[in-house]
Amino acid sequence: MTHAAHAPTTHYTSMGLDSRKMAFWAFIGSECLLFGSLISTYLVYKGRSVVGPYPHDILNIPFTSVSTFDLLMSSLMMVLALAAVQRGDMKWGKIWLFSTALLGLVFLGGQVIEFTEFVHKGLTMSTNLFGCTFFVLTGTHGAHVAVGVLWLLTLWVRALQGRLGPANAMTVEITGLYWHFVDVVWIIIFTVVYLIQ
Amino acid sequence: MANTEVREHAHPTVDVYLRVAAALVILTVLEVGVFYVPAFHGVLVPVLLVLSAAKFALVIMFYMHLKADNKFFTFLFGAPLLLAVGVMVALLFLFYGALTLRGAAGAG
Repeated sequence: MTHAAHAPTTHYTSMGLDSRKMAFWAFIGSECLLFGSLISTYLVYKGRSVVGPYPHDILNIPFTSVSTFDLLMSSLMMVLALAAVQRGDMKWGKIWLFSTALLGLVFLGGQVIEFTEFVHKGLTMSTNLFGCTFFVLTGTHGAHVAVGVLWLLTLWVRALQGRLGPANAMTVEITGLYWHFVDVVWIIIFTVVYLIQ
Repeated sequence: MANTEVREHAHPTVDVYLRVAAALVILTVLEVGVFYVPAFHGVLVPVLLVLSAAKFALVIMFYMHLKADNKFFTFLFGAPLLLAVGVMVALLFLFYGALTLRGAAGAG
């Protein structure tokens, strides 16, 4: 049985656009509203906690800066993976896809360490308004990263099986759209939650 | 036009991707830098928001290809984004603004 990469049946809208890509942009638009509401909730309750720990007591900027750098680099790996798949260079396509997933896992590991440290310092979901809104916002983002890592690893396995090639470049591009969106959400969270205290 | 592929865009080259990554790293270093420099504390919020917006724009324009892609994708992303920002600004005014409904009623 061969697993030669083949192009999925592509449907175009009446505007001549790839229907999967258009649907995915609409999905990303809805995600803007989800994260917009979570960030708004965080900002509205900012500074209204009546008991500590407060953000300036607990947030570790150097540690989170490294996580931010990690996620930015994962976005670079993702576009390099797309470029490699588009030109049919599947050796580097596999390497960059796996690197992207690996950097995503490193980010998730950092988030687990951060959350564990916060809980040990007495900040949980039910401690105060900061804890509640912080964990919901960053936890939702982390869940999106986890989904992205699973998605990337799925693509990587398909590439290893020879079932991913230039004909499937749109699949990699759509995965990239999701991954970059997760990155831009973190760009905002890093500024709003961590740097503007 | 159905079942007809429209050439949506030409993706940037690897060189452009690397330059954007370098710009993103520099902007992040600047963000963390201004956070620690006391001289910037008076203008910390606007400076951080501008730097963050620049990073956001770089990623969506070059990595998500909105700069060269079909403008309808920009609309699909931009319209909900504007709505989300509008809701955020409205809520912040309601909770923190000098002009609140209660304040306006009291002043009247």
